[in-house]
Amino acid sequence: MSEAARNTQGRVTVLHHLSDELLMSYAAGTLSEGWSIGVATHMSFCPVCRQRLSEFESIGGHFLECEEVEGDETSGWEEIQKRLDVPSSNVTDIAVRSDALMPQPLFSYVEAAGGLRWRSLGSGASQMKVPTSDPSTIVRLLKIPAGKPVPEHGHSGREVTLVLAGSFGDSVSVFNRGDVELADDDLTHQPKATPEEDCICLAITEAPLRFTSRIVRFLQPFLGI
Amino acid sequence: MADGRKALEPGDINALMAAVAERQDVDAYQLLYKHFVPKVRAYMSKIGSDRAFADEMAQEAMLTVWRKARLFDPGRGQASTWIYTIARNVRIDALRRGPRPTFDPNDPAFVPEDELGADVAFERQQDADRLRVAMASLKPDEIKTLRLSFFEDMAHPAIAAALDIPIGTVKSRIRNACLKLRAILKDA
Ligand SMILES: [Zn+2]
Repeated sequence: MSEAARNTQGRVTVLHHLSDELLMSYAAGTLSEGWSIGVATHMSFCPVCRQRLSEFESIGGHFLECEEVEGDETSGWEEIQKRLDVPSSNVTDIAVRSDALMPQPLFSYVEAAGGLRWRSLGSGASQMKVPTSDPSTIVRLLKIPAGKPVPEHGHSGREVTLVLAGSFGDSVSVFNRGDVELADDDLTHQPKATPEEDCICLAITEAPLRFTSRIVRFLQPFLGI
Repeated sequence: MADGRKALEPGDINALMAAVAERQDVDAYQLLYKHFVPKVRAYMSKIGSDRAFADEMAQEAMLTVWRKARLFDPGRGQASTWIYTIARNVRIDALRRGPRPTFDPNDPAFVPEDELGADVAFERQQDADRLRVAMASLKPDEIKTLRLSFFEDMAHPAIAAALDIPIGTVKSRIRNACLKLRAILKDA
Protein backbone atom coordinates (compact mmCIF):
# COMPACT_ATOMS: atom_id res chain seq x y z
CA MET A 1 0.00 0.00 0.00
CA SER A 2 2.70 2.42 0.95
CA GLU A 3 4.59 2.36 -2.33
CA ALA A 4 1.35 2.14 -4.30
CA ALA A 5 0.05 5.23 -2.52
CA ARG A 6 3.15 7.16 -3.38
CA ASN A 7 3.20 6.00 -6.96
CA THR A 8 -0.42 6.73 -7.79
CA GLN A 9 -0.20 10.17 -6.25
CA GLY A 10 3.11 10.96 -7.88
CA ARG A 11 5.33 13.52 -6.34
CA VAL A 12 3.70 16.20 -4.21
CA THR A 13 5.27 19.58 -4.74
CA VAL A 14 3.85 22.11 -2.37
CA LEU A 15 3.69 25.73 -3.50
CA HIS A 16 1.45 27.26 -0.81
CA HIS A 17 2.76 26.91 2.72
CA LEU A 18 1.80 27.51 6.34
CA SER A 19 2.20 30.96 7.88
CA ASP A 20 4.87 31.76 10.45
CA GLU A 21 2.08 32.41 12.93
CA LEU A 22 0.60 28.92 12.61
CA LEU A 23 3.97 27.18 12.64
CA MET A 24 5.19 29.17 15.59
CA SER A 25 2.11 28.46 17.70
CA TYR A 26 2.38 24.79 16.80
CA ALA A 27 6.06 24.82 17.81
CA ALA A 28 5.21 26.57 21.08
CA GLY A 29 2.45 24.08 21.84
CA THR A 30 -0.28 26.73 22.00
CA LEU A 31 -2.14 25.91 18.79
CA SER A 32 -5.43 24.15 19.49
CA GLU A 33 -6.18 20.65 18.24
CA GLY A 34 -8.35 21.61 15.25
CA TRP A 35 -5.77 23.91 13.62
CA SER A 36 -3.02 21.48 14.55
CA ILE A 37 -4.66 18.74 12.47
CA GLY A 38 -4.35 20.96 9.38
CA VAL A 39 -0.83 22.11 10.24
CA ALA A 40 0.45 18.59 10.93
CA THR A 41 -1.26 17.06 7.88
CA HIS A 42 0.27 19.74 5.63
CA MET A 43 3.67 18.91 7.12
CA SER A 44 3.24 15.25 6.13
CA PHE A 45 3.35 16.60 2.56
CA CYS A 46 5.90 19.30 3.09
CA PRO A 47 9.60 18.98 4.01
CA VAL A 48 9.93 22.79 3.71
CA CYS A 49 7.50 23.50 6.53
CA ARG A 50 9.00 20.69 8.64
CA GLN A 51 12.35 22.45 8.34
CA ARG A 52 10.73 25.77 9.31
CA LEU A 53 9.07 24.02 12.26
CA SER A 54 12.42 22.84 13.56
CA GLU A 55 13.72 26.39 13.30
CA PHE A 56 10.83 27.61 15.43
CA GLU A 57 11.36 24.75 17.87
CA SER A 58 14.97 25.83 18.22
CA ILE A 59 13.65 29.15 19.59
CA GLY A 60 11.94 27.07 22.29
CA GLY A 61 15.23 25.23 22.86
CA HIS A 62 16.96 28.60 23.16
CA PHE A 63 14.53 29.83 25.84
CA LEU A 64 14.89 26.55 27.73
CA GLU A 65 18.67 26.88 27.56
CA CYS A 66 18.53 30.53 28.71
CA GLU A 67 16.37 29.78 31.73
CA GLU A 68 18.37 30.96 34.74
CA VAL A 69 18.08 28.71 37.73
CA GLU A 70 19.15 29.56 41.23
CA GLY A 71 20.57 27.31 43.92
CA ASP A 72 20.78 23.55 43.86
CA GLU A 73 17.70 22.54 41.99
CA THR A 74 18.99 19.21 40.77
CA SER A 75 17.17 17.04 43.26
CA GLY A 76 15.45 13.94 42.02
CA TRP A 77 18.51 12.22 40.54
CA GLU A 78 18.41 9.34 43.04
CA GLU A 79 14.78 8.63 42.19
CA ILE A 80 15.16 8.87 38.45
CA GLN A 81 18.32 6.78 38.49
CA LYS A 82 16.26 3.84 39.72
CA ARG A 83 13.93 4.22 36.77
CA LEU A 84 16.60 4.17 34.08
CA ASP A 85 15.62 0.89 32.50
CA VAL A 86 17.22 -0.29 29.29
CA PRO A 87 15.88 2.44 27.05
CA SER A 88 14.23 2.50 23.72
CA SER A 89 13.66 -1.23 23.23
CA ASN A 90 9.98 -0.40 23.01
CA VAL A 91 10.46 2.76 20.95
CA THR A 92 10.25 0.66 17.84
CA ASP A 93 8.69 1.81 14.63
CA ILE A 94 5.02 1.12 15.04
CA ALA A 95 3.23 0.43 11.78
CA VAL A 96 1.38 3.58 10.81
CA ARG A 97 -1.52 3.49 8.43
CA SER A 98 -2.86 5.99 5.95
CA ASP A 99 -4.34 5.86 2.48
CA ALA A 100 -3.67 7.47 -0.86
CA LEU A 101 -5.95 10.38 0.01
CA MET A 102 -5.17 11.21 3.61
CA PRO A 103 -1.82 11.20 5.41
CA GLN A 104 -1.50 11.31 9.17
CA PRO A 105 -2.76 12.72 11.45
CA LEU A 106 -5.94 13.30 9.43
CA PHE A 107 -6.25 9.62 8.51
CA SER A 108 -6.51 8.57 12.18
CA TYR A 109 -9.23 11.12 12.87
CA VAL A 110 -11.35 9.97 9.93
CA GLU A 111 -10.74 6.33 10.79
CA ALA A 112 -11.80 6.96 14.39
CA ALA A 113 -15.02 8.49 13.03
CA GLY A 114 -15.75 5.29 11.13
CA GLY A 115 -14.19 6.19 7.81
CA LEU A 116 -15.21 8.60 5.08
CA ARG A 117 -18.93 9.34 5.07
CA TRP A 118 -20.06 12.15 2.80
CA ARG A 119 -23.21 14.17 3.37
CA SER A 120 -24.62 16.18 0.56
CA LEU A 121 -24.59 19.95 0.87
CA GLY A 122 -26.80 20.28 -2.19
CA SER A 123 -25.45 21.71 -5.43
CA GLY A 124 -23.34 18.58 -5.84
CA ALA A 125 -20.86 19.36 -3.07
CA SER A 126 -20.63 17.21 0.05
CA GLN A 127 -18.91 17.34 3.39
CA MET A 128 -17.92 15.25 6.35
CA LYS A 129 -17.42 16.78 9.76
CA VAL A 130 -14.31 15.39 11.44
CA PRO A 131 -14.89 14.98 15.18
CA THR A 132 -12.24 16.45 17.50
CA SER A 133 -12.14 17.43 21.16
CA ASP A 134 -11.48 21.07 20.27
CA PRO A 135 -14.62 23.19 20.69
CA SER A 136 -12.96 26.30 19.23
CA THR A 137 -12.77 24.96 15.68
CA ILE A 138 -14.79 23.06 13.12
CA VAL A 139 -12.85 20.52 11.09
CA ARG A 140 -14.43 19.12 7.95
CA LEU A 141 -13.69 17.47 4.65
CA LEU A 142 -15.23 19.02 1.56
CA LYS A 143 -15.76 17.37 -1.80
CA ILE A 144 -16.41 19.80 -4.62
CA PRO A 145 -17.42 18.54 -8.08
CA ALA A 146 -15.02 19.41 -10.88
CA GLY A 147 -15.55 22.97 -12.08
CA LYS A 148 -17.98 23.89 -9.28
CA PRO A 149 -17.46 26.68 -6.74
CA VAL A 150 -16.18 25.82 -3.26
CA PRO A 151 -19.21 26.19 -0.98
CA GLU A 152 -19.18 28.90 1.66
CA HIS A 153 -18.14 26.99 4.80
CA GLY A 154 -16.85 29.54 7.24
CA HIS A 155 -18.64 32.41 8.91
CA SER A 156 -15.83 34.76 9.56
CA GLY A 157 -12.42 34.62 11.08
CA ARG A 158 -9.50 32.42 10.36
CA GLU A 159 -9.70 29.59 7.89
CA VAL A 160 -7.21 26.93 6.82
CA THR A 161 -7.90 24.83 3.72
CA LEU A 162 -5.63 21.96 2.69
CA VAL A 163 -6.06 20.29 -0.70
CA LEU A 164 -6.02 16.48 -0.62
CA ALA A 165 -7.12 15.66 -4.18
CA GLY A 166 -7.80 17.60 -7.36
CA SER A 167 -7.30 21.33 -7.12
CA PHE A 168 -9.14 24.59 -6.70
CA GLY A 169 -8.32 28.13 -7.54
CA ASP A 170 -9.32 31.52 -8.82
CA SER A 171 -7.85 33.83 -11.40
CA VAL A 172 -4.85 34.52 -9.15
CA SER A 173 -3.67 31.17 -7.84
CA VAL A 174 -4.27 27.43 -8.01
CA PHE A 175 -4.03 25.11 -5.04
CA ASN A 176 -3.03 21.50 -5.62
CA ARG A 177 -2.60 18.46 -3.40
CA GLY A 178 -0.60 19.44 -0.32
CA ASP A 179 -1.14 23.18 -0.78
CA VAL A 180 -2.70 25.16 2.01
CA GLU A 181 -4.82 28.27 1.61
CA LEU A 182 -4.96 30.62 4.59
CA ALA A 183 -7.73 33.14 4.87
CA ASP A 184 -9.20 35.58 7.35
CA ASP A 185 -12.35 37.69 7.42
CA ASP A 186 -11.37 40.20 4.80
CA LEU A 187 -11.07 37.57 2.09
CA THR A 188 -14.16 37.60 -0.10
CA HIS A 189 -13.34 35.52 -3.13
CA GLN A 190 -14.99 32.28 -4.10
CA PRO A 191 -12.61 29.80 -5.69
CA LYS A 192 -13.73 26.94 -7.94
CA ALA A 193 -12.62 23.33 -8.26
CA THR A 194 -10.61 23.02 -11.45
CA PRO A 195 -12.48 21.29 -14.30
CA GLU A 196 -10.32 18.14 -14.56
CA GLU A 197 -11.46 16.28 -11.44
CA ASP A 198 -13.37 16.57 -8.17
CA CYS A 199 -11.55 18.42 -5.44
CA ILE A 200 -11.32 17.09 -1.89
CA CYS A 201 -9.99 19.33 0.82
CA LEU A 202 -9.68 19.61 4.56
CA ALA A 203 -11.15 22.86 5.89
CA ILE A 204 -10.70 24.19 9.41
CA THR A 205 -12.67 27.19 10.56
CA GLU A 206 -13.38 28.98 13.79
CA ALA A 207 -16.42 27.57 15.55
CA PRO A 208 -19.24 30.11 15.66
CA LEU A 209 -19.51 31.69 19.10
CA ARG A 210 -23.04 30.60 19.81
CA PHE A 211 -24.07 32.37 22.99
CA THR A 212 -21.68 35.26 23.16
CA SER A 213 -22.34 36.28 19.61
CA ARG A 214 -26.06 36.49 20.25
CA ILE A 215 -25.46 38.61 23.34
CA VAL A 216 -23.09 40.84 21.43
CA ARG A 217 -25.61 41.15 18.63
CA PHE A 218 -28.28 42.08 21.13
CA LEU A 219 -26.03 44.66 22.73
CA GLN A 220 -24.62 46.04 19.53
CA PRO A 221 -27.13 48.92 19.16
CA PHE A 222 -26.43 49.99 22.74
CA LEU A 223 -22.68 49.66 22.61
CA GLY A 224 -22.41 51.30 19.24
CA ILE A 225 -20.09 48.60 17.88
CA MET B 1 25.95 28.86 37.47
CA ALA B 2 25.36 29.39 41.13
CA ASP B 3 27.59 26.56 42.32
CA GLY B 4 30.48 27.68 40.15
CA ARG B 5 30.51 24.61 37.93
CA LYS B 6 31.26 25.28 34.33
CA ALA B 7 28.04 25.56 32.37
CA LEU B 8 27.62 23.11 29.53
CA GLU B 9 28.15 24.53 26.07
CA PRO B 10 25.82 23.56 23.19
CA GLY B 11 28.58 21.38 21.73
CA ASP B 12 28.98 19.53 25.06
CA ILE B 13 25.23 19.05 25.30
CA ASN B 14 25.07 17.52 21.83
CA ALA B 15 28.01 15.20 22.52
CA LEU B 16 26.47 14.06 25.82
CA MET B 17 23.10 13.49 24.20
CA ALA B 18 24.78 11.50 21.39
CA ALA B 19 26.49 9.32 24.03
CA VAL B 20 23.13 8.61 25.62
CA ALA B 21 21.59 7.91 22.20
CA GLU B 22 24.33 5.59 20.99
CA ARG B 23 25.36 3.65 24.11
CA GLN B 24 22.95 4.52 26.94
CA ASP B 25 25.78 6.32 28.76
CA VAL B 26 24.46 6.92 32.29
CA ASP B 27 27.24 9.35 33.25
CA ALA B 28 26.49 11.51 30.22
CA TYR B 29 22.81 11.34 31.05
CA GLN B 30 23.49 12.44 34.64
CA LEU B 31 25.28 15.59 33.42
CA LEU B 32 22.39 16.35 31.08
CA TYR B 33 19.90 15.70 33.84
CA LYS B 34 21.61 18.11 36.24
CA HIS B 35 21.86 20.74 33.55
CA PHE B 36 18.30 20.48 32.28
CA VAL B 37 16.08 19.38 35.12
CA PRO B 38 15.90 22.83 36.81
CA LYS B 39 15.17 24.46 33.44
CA VAL B 40 12.52 21.91 32.55
CA ARG B 41 11.01 22.29 36.02
CA ALA B 42 10.81 26.06 35.49
CA TYR B 43 9.14 25.43 32.13
CA MET B 44 6.60 23.10 33.75
CA SER B 45 5.90 25.50 36.61
CA LYS B 46 4.36 27.97 34.13
CA ILE B 47 1.21 25.88 33.82
CA GLY B 48 0.53 25.37 37.51
CA SER B 49 1.61 26.81 40.80
CA ASP B 50 2.03 23.43 42.46
CA ARG B 51 5.72 22.69 42.99
CA ALA B 52 5.15 18.93 43.30
CA PHE B 53 3.34 18.93 39.97
CA ALA B 54 6.20 20.76 38.23
CA ASP B 55 8.66 18.29 39.80
CA GLU B 56 6.67 15.36 38.56
CA MET B 57 6.30 16.74 35.03
CA ALA B 58 10.04 17.54 34.87
CA GLN B 59 10.89 13.98 35.97
CA GLU B 60 8.50 12.63 33.38
CA ALA B 61 10.09 14.72 30.62
CA MET B 62 13.64 13.79 31.64
CA LEU B 63 12.75 10.12 31.79
CA THR B 64 11.29 10.42 28.29
CA VAL B 65 14.60 11.95 27.16
CA TRP B 66 16.31 8.78 28.39
CA ARG B 67 13.80 6.40 26.92
CA LYS B 68 13.58 8.03 23.51
CA ALA B 69 17.27 8.91 23.28
CA ARG B 70 17.67 6.51 20.37
CA LEU B 71 15.53 8.87 18.28
CA PHE B 72 17.91 11.80 18.80
CA ASP B 73 20.02 12.42 15.70
CA PRO B 74 22.90 14.85 16.35
CA GLY B 75 23.16 15.53 12.60
CA ARG B 76 19.60 16.81 12.57
CA GLY B 77 19.56 19.44 15.25
CA GLN B 78 20.48 20.66 18.68
CA ALA B 79 19.94 18.51 21.76
CA SER B 80 18.45 21.49 23.62
CA THR B 81 15.81 21.81 20.88
CA TRP B 82 15.06 18.11 21.03
CA ILE B 83 14.70 18.21 24.82
CA TYR B 84 12.47 21.27 24.50
CA THR B 85 10.11 19.38 22.16
CA ILE B 86 9.90 16.48 24.61
CA ALA B 87 9.16 18.82 27.53
CA ARG B 88 6.58 20.67 25.39
CA ASN B 89 4.79 17.43 24.53
CA VAL B 90 4.70 16.34 28.16
CA ARG B 91 3.30 19.76 29.08
CA ILE B 92 0.61 19.64 26.38
CA ASP B 93 -0.41 16.18 27.55
CA ALA B 94 -0.57 17.45 31.14
CA LEU B 95 -2.85 20.29 30.10
CA ARG B 96 -5.31 17.72 28.72
CA ARG B 97 -6.38 19.91 25.86
CA GLY B 98 -7.05 16.83 23.79
CA PRO B 99 -4.71 14.93 21.52
CA ARG B 100 -1.67 16.57 19.99
CA PRO B 101 -1.92 15.95 16.23
CA THR B 102 1.46 15.17 14.66
CA PHE B 103 2.85 13.91 11.40
CA ASP B 104 4.68 10.60 11.46
CA PRO B 105 7.74 9.75 9.34
CA ASN B 106 6.59 6.10 9.34
CA ASP B 107 3.36 7.09 7.59
CA PRO B 108 3.40 5.57 4.07
CA ALA B 109 1.95 8.84 2.72
CA PHE B 110 4.71 10.91 4.35
CA VAL B 111 6.73 12.90 1.79
CA PRO B 112 10.39 12.60 2.80
CA GLU B 113 12.88 15.38 2.33
CA ASP B 114 15.51 15.10 -0.34
CA GLU B 115 18.90 13.94 0.79
CA LEU B 116 20.59 16.75 2.66
CA GLY B 117 23.96 17.84 1.40
CA ALA B 118 26.93 17.72 3.78
CA ASP B 119 26.94 21.52 3.94
CA VAL B 120 23.38 21.55 5.29
CA ALA B 121 24.37 19.07 8.01
CA PHE B 122 27.36 21.29 8.81
CA GLU B 123 25.17 24.38 8.94
CA ARG B 124 22.93 22.72 11.49
CA GLN B 125 25.91 22.22 13.78
CA GLN B 126 26.29 25.99 13.83
CA ASP B 127 22.63 26.67 14.39
CA ALA B 128 22.73 27.19 18.15
CA ASP B 129 25.46 29.81 17.98
CA ARG B 130 23.78 31.59 15.11
CA LEU B 131 20.43 31.54 16.84
CA ARG B 132 21.99 33.05 19.95
CA VAL B 133 23.43 35.88 17.88
CA ALA B 134 20.13 36.34 16.06
CA MET B 135 18.10 36.39 19.30
CA ALA B 136 20.46 38.99 20.72
CA SER B 137 19.56 41.29 17.83
CA LEU B 138 15.86 41.37 18.74
CA LYS B 139 14.30 44.22 20.66
CA PRO B 140 13.45 43.46 24.32
CA ASP B 141 9.74 43.75 23.49
CA GLU B 142 10.08 41.18 20.74
CA ILE B 143 11.98 38.75 22.95
CA LYS B 144 9.43 39.18 25.72
CA THR B 145 6.60 38.42 23.31
CA LEU B 146 8.30 35.32 21.93
CA ARG B 147 9.12 34.11 25.41
CA LEU B 148 5.51 34.43 26.55
CA SER B 149 4.53 32.31 23.58
CA PHE B 150 7.18 29.61 23.92
CA PHE B 151 7.69 29.46 27.65
CA GLU B 152 4.55 30.70 29.35
CA ASP B 153 2.03 28.79 27.26
CA MET B 154 0.25 31.91 26.08
CA ALA B 155 -1.68 32.14 22.83
CA HIS B 156 -1.69 35.55 21.15
CA PRO B 157 -4.84 36.93 22.86
CA ALA B 158 -3.38 35.98 26.26
CA ILE B 159 -0.11 37.73 25.41
CA ALA B 160 -2.03 40.84 24.38
CA ALA B 161 -3.87 40.81 27.72
CA ALA B 162 -0.72 40.16 29.76
CA LEU B 163 1.22 43.00 28.13
CA ASP B 164 -1.83 45.23 27.81
CA ILE B 165 -1.27 45.79 24.10
CA PRO B 166 -3.55 45.20 21.09
CA ILE B 167 -3.40 41.77 19.48
CA GLY B 168 -2.26 43.44 16.27
CA THR B 169 0.86 44.59 18.13
CA VAL B 170 1.52 41.04 19.32
CA LYS B 171 1.29 39.82 15.76
CA SER B 172 3.48 42.54 14.32
CA ARG B 173 6.14 41.98 16.99
CA ILE B 174 6.19 38.29 16.16
CA ARG B 175 6.27 39.03 12.44
CA ASN B 176 9.18 41.45 12.87
CA ALA B 177 11.04 39.00 15.07
CA CYS B 178 10.62 36.27 12.44
CA LEU B 179 11.88 38.54 9.67
CA LYS B 180 14.96 39.51 11.65
CA LEU B 181 15.74 35.98 12.76
CA ARG B 182 15.36 34.66 9.25
CA ALA B 183 17.54 37.40 7.76
CA ILE B 184 20.33 36.69 10.23
CA LEU B 185 20.07 32.90 10.09
CA LYS B 186 20.08 32.92 6.29
CA ASP B 187 23.22 34.94 5.71
CA ALA B 188 25.21 34.13 8.81
ZN1 LIG C 1 4.74 23.81 3.54
